[in-house]
Order: sequence, then structure tokens, then C-alpha cells
Amino acid sequence: MNEARILRNISYRAWHMWRRNIDVSLVTWKTNVVPPLLEPVLYILAFGVGLGAYVQKISFDGRAYDYLTFLAPGMIAVGVMFHSIFETMYGAFIRLRYQKTFDAVITTPLSAEDILAGEILSGATKGLFAGTAILLIVTLFGLASYPSSLVILPLAALAGLMFASFGLLFAATAPYIDNLNLPIFLFINPMFLFSGTFFPLDGMPAWIRLAANILPLTHLVNITRAAAFGRLHAALLWDLLYIVVLTATMAYIAIRKMKTRLIK
Amino acid sequence: MPPVITASQLRKNYGELCAVAGIDFEINRGECFGLLGPNGAGKTTTVKMLTCALPLSGGDITVEGLSVAKDPRGIKYLLGVCPQEMNLDPDFSVLKNLIVYSRYFDIPYAEAKGRAEELINRFHLHDKLDRPIEDLSGGLKKRLLMARALINKPRVLILDEPTTGLDPQSRRQIWEEVREMKKHGLTTLLTTHYIEEAELLCDRLVIIDAGKIVEQGTPRQLIEKHLEGKGSLEDVFLKLTGKHLRDE
Repeated sequence: MNEARILRNISYRAWHMWRRNIDVSLVTWKTNVVPPLLEPVLYILAFGVGLGAYVQKISFDGRAYDYLTFLAPGMIAVGVMFHSIFETMYGAFIRLRYQKTFDAVITTPLSAEDILAGEILSGATKGLFAGTAILLIVTLFGLASYPSSLVILPLAALAGLMFASFGLLFAATAPYIDNLNLPIFLFINPMFLFSGTFFPLDGMPAWIRLAANILPLTHLVNITRAAAFGRLHAALLWDLLYIVVLTATMAYIAIRKMKTRLIK
Repeated sequence: MPPVITASQLRKNYGELCAVAGIDFEINRGECFGLLGPNGAGKTTTVKMLTCALPLSGGDITVEGLSVAKDPRGIKYLLGVCPQEMNLDPDFSVLKNLIVYSRYFDIPYAEAKGRAEELINRFHLHDKLDRPIEDLSGGLKKRLLMARALINKPRVLILDEPTTGLDPQSRRQIWEEVREMKKHGLTTLLTTHYIEEAELLCDRLVIIDAGKIVEQGTPRQLIEKHLEGKGSLEDVFLKLTGKHLRDE
């Protein structure tokens, strides 16, 4: 199995799988649409308004910001991550193991690669939707500057592809659904806490900063925050490059790994 | 007329274990062909290789001249697969299940809707059109799986143990459907371990055991050959595959 073959086996039919997953989300929209909109409101209330009252101004990139202003872009990035990674991690695992959806689709003209590319696309769509919803709320709170914040939309789609690929890889490697607790504990929660979402990394020890820079969420937070603050600059292209390279690599690894579970 | 499906020296190994050990068979146009065997004989493995869901370890299968190894997508357009395991979409209604499935074959919506409604009527599912899958009984789910397998107007219908776990009423209804489709000239591959079912539905059949074909012919021929015409196909089956249990 080589790279060329995996790419060659992906066709427009991946959108059929995407459409199926989106249709499921629309059927169950109350649980799929409402939480992404309300979750960030909770975070903003708890951390921004509640905790923020006790926190002094945060200095970032040479300026001082309210805690709520500092936090808001981080919440957008976190929303993109959670919604795209969980869609493939739990969603794809359930479709693989419990609902046997892939067994049904693999006997139709879709290839395994079409199915899995469709999974990554629908995960990314969920991430984009969550990112857009949170950006909207952050904008209503007056915490995002425009037009630079519009960069967040394509960025959320790209990062969605990346996190959905991670999620698919976790689903592919977990023998049982409980095993998915491991990547949550080792990967997702550390990212959530240590990617510059809740506090700037500048004050942290060097080894934590180094570790944080390996975590993909850090790079998404960096660009998202700069965009929300209206302070985009050229050095952020390195963050973008990191996300692009990691997305391509993880999508390839995840599809390759999961394919062996579809076609045994 | 050339056969619709040709399997030649078809083989599947799982490491040391040999699930299918080089079998040959041909399925002719319009016939109902049976693949019989006890549990673990290699029936489902054979079906999975035919439906391109499992790579071959050796040999080849062709459908209308297309090889599974070279043109899996082309073959999958020609097949209608009714799986052994329930894999309908629990989040969709009966109708939506058929519509979503039709998209995988690039069938335009208007046409898919027409076909779906026709199949829903034919399989007596019209009362359940908007019901979620969990509201359906085992027999209804199986009928919906059969309807789904026909949405792309397949050249070959594959029925993998279509009546396993069904009550006698549902079973008879499925048999009725299979006979109806045969009347319309649809080529069918049926796997089963219910010998009565094979005797009733199959024009020709092979009995496989431990991944090998142990006998083949029409049900009548096998009874003549092995029991001098006295007895049932089940007696032939037990004579050929032995009486020991196969689940362990």
C-alpha cells in the first residue's frame, strides 16, 4: 500500500459519505447544533466574567488585554478541536463497530478511502460549524476585530481536517470504545489546557513552551488570537505551515490505518 | 451465454488459517445459485471477496468479465448486497435509508425517490415509511435490507443468510420475494445453512466445508447421487459434512 494508491482511491464519492454524516447531524440537530452555540457562552461566563474579575490585565504581544478578550479566541480554537476530533473519534468508532455503517457502504461503489476521506470531511465540517458559531458569539460580545477575524473561518476548516484526522487515527487504533479515554487524557486534555488557550505561554518554563509548540492546538490558537485581535503578522505563516504539514501527514496515516479495519 | 460470475482457484488465508482453499464455481444468468455449508465453512468469506470487502489471497473472481482485483468499483456498481448483519442507518427513517444508500450509486434524487417508493410498496413497508429503524421487527429489517440491495437495479443479488434468526412467517415471505425476483430473471447468489431453503430456492448449489467444495449440482442431482433419490438435501448435507458441531 503506497501513498499514490491511497490518493488514487479517493474520488468525488467521498462527498456521499460526508453528506450521509451531515444528514445524520441534521436529523439529530438539537444535540448537534445547540451545544456548540451554548458551550462557549458557559466558558465565557465562567472563565471570562467569573474568573476574569480576579485576574489582572493579561499582557500579550506587547499590549494589555482583559482576561475575557484574551480568552475568547482560545475558546474558538478549542471548539474547532473538540467538535472535529470527537466526530471522527467517537462517531467513526460507532459507525465502524456498533452501527456497521462502513460494512454497508463498502459494498457500494465507494472505496475504503472514499469512506474515510468523507469521515475526515464531515469531522472538519463540524469543527468549522463550531468555530463559526463561537466566533459569532465572541463577535456579539464585541471581542473580535474585523476584517482580520474572517481568517478564522478557512483556518477552522483546515484545522478541522487536521483534528478529524487525529480522531480517525484514534478510532482506528482503539480496540474498545473505552480505550479512547487514553488519547483524551494524554493528548486532548493537555492541548486544551496548555496550548495558550487560558494563559499566555510566555511565562511558562522552557520545556513546557517546547512541548506546547509540538501540540497542534497551540498553532491554531496563535493564529486565531492574532486574527481576533487584528494583529496578524508574517511569522504566523510558520504556524500555518505546521498545521498544513500535520494535516496532510495525519490524514494519510489515519486513512491508511483505518483502511486495515474496513478491509480485513 | 458466458456465466455472470466466475470464481477460479479462489483462496483466502488468515496467516496459517486457510478460510477458503482454492474453490471454483460459475453462476449463470438468471439462476439462483446456492452456497451451502456449516458455520465457519467459508461462505461469508467468499461473499466478502466477491463484494470487494476482502482482498483475495489467490485466484480471481470476475463479475460480467470484471475482475475483483482490477476493477472493484465497476463490480460494486453491478451488485446488490443483502448482508447477514443488520447495518441499516438507525438515525434515518425507512425511506431515508433507501435514499441515502442510492446516493452511493450516484442515482439522482428524483429517480431514487421513485425507486425507493416502488421498493417500499413491493416489500410491504409502506406503513413504516417514516418510522425509525428501531421500530421495525427482525423480518421487516431484513425486507428493508433486501429492498436496499435492489435500489441500484443490480445484475446480481447477493443474499448472505437472508433468513437466519427470522420467524417462520418472515422466512416464508423472504422466500416468496426471492422466487418473485427469480421470475424476473435476476441472478442470485444465496448463502445459507438452512438446507430446506436451498432445496426450495436454488437451481444449482455447491456445498462447501473447511474452505473446499465437497459437492455440487442441482438439489435433485445430489439427492439422486448420494441417497439414490430417497431422502432430503439435508441428509446429503449431513452425509457430506459430518455430524460434529462446528461452532467451536
